[in-house]
Amino acid sequence: MSADCCENPAGLGEENPDLPDLSFQRGLKDGLPICLGYLSVSFAFGMTVAQSGMPIWVALFISVTNVTSAGQFAGFDLILHGAKYLEIAITTLVINLRYFLMSLSLSQKVDRGMTTLQRLVLSFGITDEIFAVAIQQPGMVGARYLAGLITTPLTGWSLGTFLGAAATGFLPESLRTALGIMIYGMFIAIIIPPARQSRPVATVVVLSAALSCVFRYVPLFQGISSGWATILCTLIACTFAARRYPVNCAETEEAG
Amino acid sequence: MNTAYVVSCVLLMAGVTYVIRMLPMAVFQRRLENRFVRSFLAYVPYAVLSAMTFPQILYSAGGTAASAAGLLVAMVLAFRGKGLLVVALGAAAAALLTQQLLLAGLL
Repeated sequence: MSADCCENPAGLGEENPDLPDLSFQRGLKDGLPICLGYLSVSFAFGMTVAQSGMPIWVALFISVTNVTSAGQFAGFDLILHGAKYLEIAITTLVINLRYFLMSLSLSQKVDRGMTTLQRLVLSFGITDEIFAVAIQQPGMVGARYLAGLITTPLTGWSLGTFLGAAATGFLPESLRTALGIMIYGMFIAIIIPPARQSRPVATVVVLSAALSCVFRYVPLFQGISSGWATILCTLIACTFAARRYPVNCAETEEAG
Repeated sequence: MNTAYVVSCVLLMAGVTYVIRMLPMAVFQRRLENRFVRSFLAYVPYAVLSAMTFPQILYSAGGTAASAAGLLVAMVLAFRGKGLLVVALGAAAAALLTQQLLLAGLL
């Protein structure tokens, strides 16, 4: 074990009665930036579907049932090409497998009091951004907060899809293009402040980014899809950091 | 359009995606005690988000120059501890400005 064994990054929370309960309203409010970011992405999705000649309800149906950007774009592309069911299932699985890691991480961050039914319903709304904001909270998150945090973005996701499909060309092209960076801006706002304060988190961020560039630019790895690349980067960076900087040795005694 | 085929495909995608999201939350209701596992999971958010952001952000706002300007502004704002919305809008504004300046031939 390394000497840095008492590091405790924000990723997992502890039960702490001193922290205020996060309300549904607070969730709605925290979901607002995500909602705005989603508007432009889902707008683009709606346009893509409309431009292919499919009716608006198909676009809306996909967005409401899937709530995933890359997975939807890829899946829709396959549908357009009349792909086999197995091909669609496997592609969706690979692109969205990262949610498995997020859901696992989130399972350690939610209230112990969350019922199985609440878990079954709320896990529907685990997206990259909702996960990111939920995990950023100090302490644990409850069902009400999570429900709020899912509601606003889901509304934006559906509304954006509808608007994009209905009014193709509603926003000027230049503005739509520029808005595409918003999602990544949010991710940066989430990972940089903790990385400044915690050396282990900084290590994870830099290592994962470097690996991601390797997968992207080294010709040997060109065949690896972005879905697999994200998963591999996460597995490698987290395994390294968990060995080098295991978290918080005496977490059960922390209340004292 | 073959409606039955499209609807089946969409439901298939939705089902696969939901199971991936639901299984860990439904299965792991208790606190995992293994220290390595806890450490690993604590670092997952940062690793996932970092891998998704880099280098993809450089292709997110049209041209590389506009995206790079957005990235730079996002990093500066995030280093100063600004909130999500400020960083995201700042990045988009910088990308838009760069794009327009390039179009106008001023850069």
